[in-house]
Amino acid sequence: MGTVRVLVGTKKGAFILTADGKRQTWEVSGPHFAGWEMYHLKGCPVDSNRIYASQTSGWFGQIIQRSDDGGKTWNPPGTKPEDLMGPDGMPKGQSNMFVYEGEAGTHKWYDGTQHPWEFKRVWHLEPSLTDPDTVYAGAEDAAIFKSTDGGKSWKEMAGLRAAKGNLWQPGAGGMAVHTIILDPKNANRIYVAISAAGAFRTDDGGKTWKPINRGLKSQYELPDPDAEVGHCVHRMAMHPSRPGVLFMQKHWDVLRTDNAGDQWNEVSGNLPTDFGFPIDVHAHEPETIYVVPITSDSLHYPPDGKLRVYRSKTGGNEWEALTKGLPQKDCYVNVLRDAMAVDSLEPCGVYFGTTGGQVYGSADGGNSWNPIVRDLPAVYSVEVQTLP
Amino acid sequence: MIRVVLPYHLRNLARLDGEVQFEVESPVTVLSVLDALEARYPVLRGTIRDHDTLKRRPFVRFFACKEDLSLEPPETPLPEAVVNGTEPFLIVGAMAGG
Repeated sequence: MGTVRVLVGTKKGAFILTADGKRQTWEVSGPHFAGWEMYHLKGCPVDSNRIYASQTSGWFGQIIQRSDDGGKTWNPPGTKPEDLMGPDGMPKGQSNMFVYEGEAGTHKWYDGTQHPWEFKRVWHLEPSLTDPDTVYAGAEDAAIFKSTDGGKSWKEMAGLRAAKGNLWQPGAGGMAVHTIILDPKNANRIYVAISAAGAFRTDDGGKTWKPINRGLKSQYELPDPDAEVGHCVHRMAMHPSRPGVLFMQKHWDVLRTDNAGDQWNEVSGNLPTDFGFPIDVHAHEPETIYVVPITSDSLHYPPDGKLRVYRSKTGGNEWEALTKGLPQKDCYVNVLRDAMAVDSLEPCGVYFGTTGGQVYGSADGGNSWNPIVRDLPAVYSVEVQTLP
Repeated sequence: MIRVVLPYHLRNLARLDGEVQFEVESPVTVLSVLDALEARYPVLRGTIRDHDTLKRRPFVRFFACKEDLSLEPPETPLPEAVVNGTEPFLIVGAMAGG
């Protein structure tokens, strides 16, 4: 039957929710790293016991944590005795050392002036599909870093910022690489998304990157609505069986591409509003996708106080509201971009967390929902591991 | 013996229950105390001062003997009471919010 482990990052710690394949009864462990902002936790596809976590603080900066026993115990990578001392006799302690390659340069600031690049935190960790020691980190200010030693040290893939980085600008939440998608059929192809720069793709393992934003329109955010970069992409998702098909929740608009981002087409269809943050794909149905419509960029809560997940079984355009078990009055939470995930059990489980501290789960593809927990700190991220 | 008091979150990160005590060769300065602290607890590297520049993080402050030493040059000798262990060297998270 399998089991499910849901990894929840919140404003004040991390929580791990576990259940058997029925997904009716849940055990909650945590808070792990109590009091720290936990932007993201994600398990390795090839070693379910290995989980990477991004732990941050406005006071004390970035920490990377790693568990090798499924979240029971954690350590910053590289803290074994043999790892500690560098050639100069000083401790290495480099797992939280994120340094931009070369001259950091500048990007566009909110007021249109140029602003120096400054590392702030890691928003997203994406473990390799094949090697448990390889993991990618999406950073604010926007950059992608790679570790090939289990998170002990990091090196920037600087070609990304060469893709017109001077024209990128921060969204309301900062300027970060928040989405990293690895192509399961082509090891040299990686997609990333940045607010507010857009979507980018490498086809050479990260040496060079190109903007893939044709078809995106941002008439209220950019002077040129069709600009090559500068779009506020909130999230992208892909089904592993079709790595050339991507779905996108942009600041406004839901879009899809069928040619790896060379051209995007809007599929917002009958959504009550096409503003929102997360988007995800059903584990077994590549044309079934989920979004959570949010009123607007000025009103970051669901329309009419009704928390509704919208599902399209046609890859967009035709959407149905999923409401069973979700609050349908007086609900004014938000669902952040990294706070939705699916399991791969049958039927597919869907999960999302809110800024009000609820984590909702559906064990039937979204037809009905139950709160797994109700009173956590604001949820930043939700990831799922489906275990044998 | 130098005594160093860390803020709650850094004590947890380094898995410490109370204050830290260790020897530091003379002259005892903010710089030499932080070097010695990080040598014993590498997990603290980057949390108090920048990895590269060794500049104090903006929301971290250094107190000792009722004085704020945060803005003193890192090579400034610490007070005798800190050097002889009568008073601790305090690493503090700056007051911010609520």
